[in-house]
Amino acid sequence: MVSVYTAEGLSELVFLAVIGVTVLGAVIATNSVRLIRAVTGLALCFIGVAGIYYYLNSPFVAMMEMLIYVGAVCVTIAFAIMLADPDPGERPGGSGLLAGGASFLVGVLFFWGLTALAAMTPWAAAPAKLNNGSMLEIGTSLLTTYSMVFELISVVLLVAIIGALVLGRPGRGLGGRES
Amino acid sequence: MTIMSLSNSLDIYLILGALMFGMGMYGMVQRRTLIGMLIAAELVLCGASINFMAFNRFLAPDPTVGQIFTLFIMGIAAAEAAIALSIIIAVYRNYRSVETEDVVELKG
Repeated sequence: MVSVYTAEGLSELVFLAVIGVTVLGAVIATNSVRLIRAVTGLALCFIGVAGIYYYLNSPFVAMMEMLIYVGAVCVTIAFAIMLADPDPGERPGGSGLLAGGASFLVGVLFFWGLTALAAMTPWAAAPAKLNNGSMLEIGTSLLTTYSMVFELISVVLLVAIIGALVLGRPGRGLGGRES
Repeated sequence: MTIMSLSNSLDIYLILGALMFGMGMYGMVQRRTLIGMLIAAELVLCGASINFMAFNRFLAPDPTVGQIFTLFIMGIAAAEAAIALSIIIAVYRNYRSVETEDVVELKG
C-alpha cells in the first residue's frame, strides 16, 4: 500500500484511469448499436491499451499501438463503414434476446475460465534477465534473431494490401450492378 | 489515503487480457453485421497482445521477445483488417448489405 500523495501513488491512480478507459472503450465497442460509435469505442480502448503497454515498460510498443491501431486500423474500419453504409438500427427479430443472452454467457464463461486459470497457476519468474528490453535491444533482435520473420511479415503485408486492392476494385463487367 | 500497487502485479494484466478476450467473444457472437464482428475480433487480438506483454514484462528471461511478438500480432491484425474490410466491401457490392443474416445464398 502506497500513499496517493507520492509519485508512485499518482502513477497508480493514472494506471487505474488507463484501465477504466480500456474497459469503457471495450464496452462501447461491443454494445453500441451504431457501428461508427463502436469504432470510436475501439479507438478509445486502443488508447487505453497503449497506456497499459507503457506501464509494461514498452514505450515503443505503446507508440506502435497508437500508430497502427488507432491511426490505421480504426480509420480503415471507419472508411469501410462509410463505404458500406450499414443499417443503423437493430432489426427487430425473434431470436435477438436469446442470442444476446447466449453470447453474454459465452463471454462470461471465457472470462471466468481464463481468470481462474491465471489465478491458479503458480507463475515462476525467470532467474535472470538477459537484457533490459529497450528499443535498442528490440531493433537488434529484429534484425538478427528474428530477421526471417521480419521479412515474412513484410511479405504478408504486401500480399494483403495487393489482395485488398484486387478484392476492392469492381470486377470487369460486374461493376455496374446498381440497385 | 493509500492505494494498492496494482501496476506491478502480473494478475491485473492477465485479468484485463481475459476481460478483453471475453468481451471480444461476446461481441463476435452478438453482432449482426460483419464490421461489428471485425471490431470484436480486434478486441480478441488485443487481449492476446496484453497477455504476451504481461508475461514478457514479468516472467520472460529475454524481454524483447514478447514485444517483437506483439509487433507481429499488430502486423497480422493490420493485414487481417485490410483483407476483411475489402471482402466486406465486395459482399456489400453484391448483396447491398453487410448483415450476416442477409448473406445466406449458400444456405440451400
